[in-house]
Amino acid sequence: MATLSPFLSKTPLSNTPTISFSSSISTPLKWKSITSFSPSGSSSSRSRRRIFIVQSKIREIFMPALSSTMTEGKIVSWIKSEGDVLSKGESVVVVESDKADMDVETFYDGILAAIVVPEGESAPVGAAIGILAETEAEVAQAKAKAASAGAAAPASHPVTSTPVPAVSPPEPKKVAESAPSGPRKTVATPYAKKLLKQHKVDINSVVGTGPFGRITPEDVEKAAGIAPSKSVAPSAAPAALPKPAPAAAPAAPLLPGSTVVPFTTMQAAVSKNMIESLSVPTFRVGYPIITDALDALYEKVKPKGVTMTALLAKAAAMALVQHPVVNASCKDGKSFTYNANINIAVAVAINGGLITPVLQDADKLDLYLLSQKWKELVEKARSKQLQPHEYNSGTFTLSNLGMFGVDRFDAILPPGQGAIMAVGASKPTVVADADGFFGVKSKMLVNVTADHRIIYGADLAAFLQTFSKIVENPESLTL
Amino acid sequence: MHCSAAFSQAATSATAVPTISGSRHVGALHSSSSSSSCTLLIPSKPINLRFCGLRREAFGFSPSAFTRCSNSQRVRLPSRRRFKGSNVSASLGDNGIPKSFDYDLIIIGAGVGGHGAALHAVEKGLKTAIIEGDVVGGTCVNRGCVPSKALLAVSGRMRELQSEHHMKALGLQVHAAGYDRQGVADHANNLATKIRNNLTNSMKALGVDILTGVGTILGPQKVKFGTDNIVTAKDIIIATGSVPFVPKGIEVDGKTVITSDHALKLEFVPDWIAIVGSGYIGLEFSDVYTALGSEVTFIEALDQLMPGFDPEIGKLAQRVLINPRKIDYHTGVFATKITPAKDGKPVTIELIDAKTKEPKDTLEVDAALIATGRAPFTNGLGLENINVVTQRGFVPVDERMRVIDANGNLVPHLYCIGDANGKMMLAHAASAQGISVVEQVTGRDHVLNHLSIPAACFTHPEISMVGLTEPQAREKAEKEGFEVSVVKTSFKANTKALAENEGEGLAKLIYRPDNGEILGVHIFGLHAADLIHEASNAIALGTRIQDIKFAVHAHPTLSEVLDELFKAAKVKDHASNPVSEPVAV
Repeated sequence: MATLSPFLSKTPLSNTPTISFSSSISTPLKWKSITSFSPSGSSSSRSRRRIFIVQSKIREIFMPALSSTMTEGKIVSWIKSEGDVLSKGESVVVVESDKADMDVETFYDGILAAIVVPEGESAPVGAAIGILAETEAEVAQAKAKAASAGAAAPASHPVTSTPVPAVSPPEPKKVAESAPSGPRKTVATPYAKKLLKQHKVDINSVVGTGPFGRITPEDVEKAAGIAPSKSVAPSAAPAALPKPAPAAAPAAPLLPGSTVVPFTTMQAAVSKNMIESLSVPTFRVGYPIITDALDALYEKVKPKGVTMTALLAKAAAMALVQHPVVNASCKDGKSFTYNANINIAVAVAINGGLITPVLQDADKLDLYLLSQKWKELVEKARSKQLQPHEYNSGTFTLSNLGMFGVDRFDAILPPGQGAIMAVGASKPTVVADADGFFGVKSKMLVNVTADHRIIYGADLAAFLQTFSKIVENPESLTL
Repeated sequence: MHCSAAFSQAATSATAVPTISGSRHVGALHSSSSSSSCTLLIPSKPINLRFCGLRREAFGFSPSAFTRCSNSQRVRLPSRRRFKGSNVSASLGDNGIPKSFDYDLIIIGAGVGGHGAALHAVEKGLKTAIIEGDVVGGTCVNRGCVPSKALLAVSGRMRELQSEHHMKALGLQVHAAGYDRQGVADHANNLATKIRNNLTNSMKALGVDILTGVGTILGPQKVKFGTDNIVTAKDIIIATGSVPFVPKGIEVDGKTVITSDHALKLEFVPDWIAIVGSGYIGLEFSDVYTALGSEVTFIEALDQLMPGFDPEIGKLAQRVLINPRKIDYHTGVFATKITPAKDGKPVTIELIDAKTKEPKDTLEVDAALIATGRAPFTNGLGLENINVVTQRGFVPVDERMRVIDANGNLVPHLYCIGDANGKMMLAHAASAQGISVVEQVTGRDHVLNHLSIPAACFTHPEISMVGLTEPQAREKAEKEGFEVSVVKTSFKANTKALAENEGEGLAKLIYRPDNGEILGVHIFGLHAADLIHEASNAIALGTRIQDIKFAVHAHPTLSEVLDELFKAAKVKDHASNPVSEPVAV
């Protein structure tokens, strides 16, 4: 980052006007070569002489041209905040050019009345990025101007140009200075103070909940009506980790005796995925499947090392071949993404976490290879040696709680996939067949959760029908 | 400097031993040199220095023949017998009778300065002892630069892992980076132990006697250590270092009001810590604490944060290291009273205006770190026995580190290096001063150029500097009537920095356009502390910009930031080349 100052610059350009931004409408010619004027400036130049006294004291701060090729600049940071008193030669804003960031200085004394283009946003060269008022009295007037300038500025976002309330917000600084005279001083932490300024929150409107009643960053965010998700998380996370710091407990008060155990990395990842899943519109379709034939097959192939998981994965994969849409996913809310491979992820509870090792190309591998592969994956999962592609490349997920006697359940669709199948226990059930004969058969309930943006009810029903046919006539599985 | 001295010797030996091709080349370079600053360093008689890894024996010289100096009247070391305290004093009369001493050199204080001096002394054939009253390694190794680098290594990684934006830009996904305080503290402690052992072993291996106990000077060339052990030496170096300076009114309890000594143990990470002083120490700790989740309030007596840095670098550093972090600051204020947390009350800090002395504010924080600088540790040294009066605790010395007594006369055979003399309170400066002293006592006049000593602040990114700041250079130019130019390069244009996604940074060169002399280099950016040495070596060796600009830098490396800097500098055409054209061999 290079700073460019007219006083320190090595280039012997006299006056180096290239970086001046602040032009008064009363002295336009001097700066015209480097800053163009916004239309709002010219309107006030009518009968200049008369209005001069009032108008000339409100100056627009323009996006300077830092190089001959620059058409637009990005505000890296405002060194000064609204309400700050500026004196000539002080750096006010940092603008990013193609090669370096440059400090831009004011050529006038005054008060930074309004910031039109906030940090991180861009504005074309010559557009007003801020308003400078000469005296306190003109701040409100300047703000009004800022509102119109903001509306006129083409590049700045409309949100930012919403007029600031006519009443100037109380400066946090002043409050802090006047506070000591009062009975109890309001204490805010450094970051809380930054947030107060950033969100323009009045310090008096915030109730401090930190140690000794101090205002914490969380308090400010609450007062500003911001979900303390994005900016609190990074700050709270490290604070919560060291053992002796019981500090970060912003949400609900802890019940006495309760302990807080931070998530492990795996648990944090699960949590994140679960929250993300809420943005997908899902629906569920259940299906009963008679498993006597499958059970019989299982007994036959079990000695060869085939597991039930492999059987189910293979069956699902074969059904998916016929219903590619169930193996698809919706990445952007606008399109189907048909996956070239059928990769069956199988949910596994492991060491207090949850991971989904993936049987890749489950439709292509035979049962024995699949079973062998599965054993390897479980081994790796236990020793935490799964490679990312071995747990995040699934296109369809299988979750089986049957071994616990669960007869039916509902799975949450993992982000990035189209469907997940929840498999219950296979239990002897009295069933009537087509001819009206009663018999006891093993029945298993499967329940598929799917993304309704791409998979519709009929798709899922057809898929389940195919799946049940494969399970009820499982010979094809061994082929 | 050593090398330039060695050149002359290499030149002589090269003719005799032509097989040493490396030395012939350098000898050729040197013989055509016309630099006055180089020739100054060449001693009138050959001396022994290592050169390119060749021990002096390689040249066939006997060590004793050359370490003996004209003013050295000592007897040969190995055959010398020990004197008892009583007859040592009898032998002190300056009547031309050869004196005998227990050691050639005694160094009081086994910090980095003492260690550097001891190693060089052994290399020069001196029988050397080092007295240490505390632990070997001194402040730097045990309570300073070394453990703090361990903490900063952790904080740098934490900061990187926490920066979602930075990670995302690299395509990395990291969730919930956390740390274990004790683990971090152990890392710092283990590092200190390891370096301390290395230091101790290196001295033992070379035969330096480590004498344990507090050293006190009893008289000229006589030192007491421990309770009643008395030793004598031809020359004595004071290298007792410094301790954290705590201003009046501040009550340090070691728990909530702490100095760097305590902070490095990282016994707790407060939610909110006030750091009094925004120099190197304060700045580095702010980097550590904010990375570990603390909020920081700086209290600075001067009107600006980071005094002592080049203003432009300071301004940029503030924008990167202070403003976006959870840090606020009070400048132009003194902390007159700091009370540790007790009885359920937080730490309170009373601030007064630095100029008007009016009460300004009272802060309530969870902890306060006093980083207001360091005070020399010279109490109990027995300086009164040799009529030396300290100035604010510092031992007065001349430019050759020779101690000056109350009457302004040099105290013979007594030197003081490092923080205790206050010339430049940096570990490597102490070491350089120690080496300079050893050069002198072995017969080679040597004056250390302090303007060639680099300094670094290990924040993320780092700050480093060597030579003059821009205001200092302009002031000097004004006085001496020369012109000063400044060029700057940005890390934003450096491929390697961009690959690391660390384009934030600036390098600045202050130089004389008339002759190409480098006056100062200041760097703020990724690995600045490692980059500065090209500049500091150039200053130390007197290399001019017009020559160094032809040196080649590997691409893509951060060193190209400096390469670009040298190439951007405009040196007037008539400036001569002090170093001749390279000679092909």
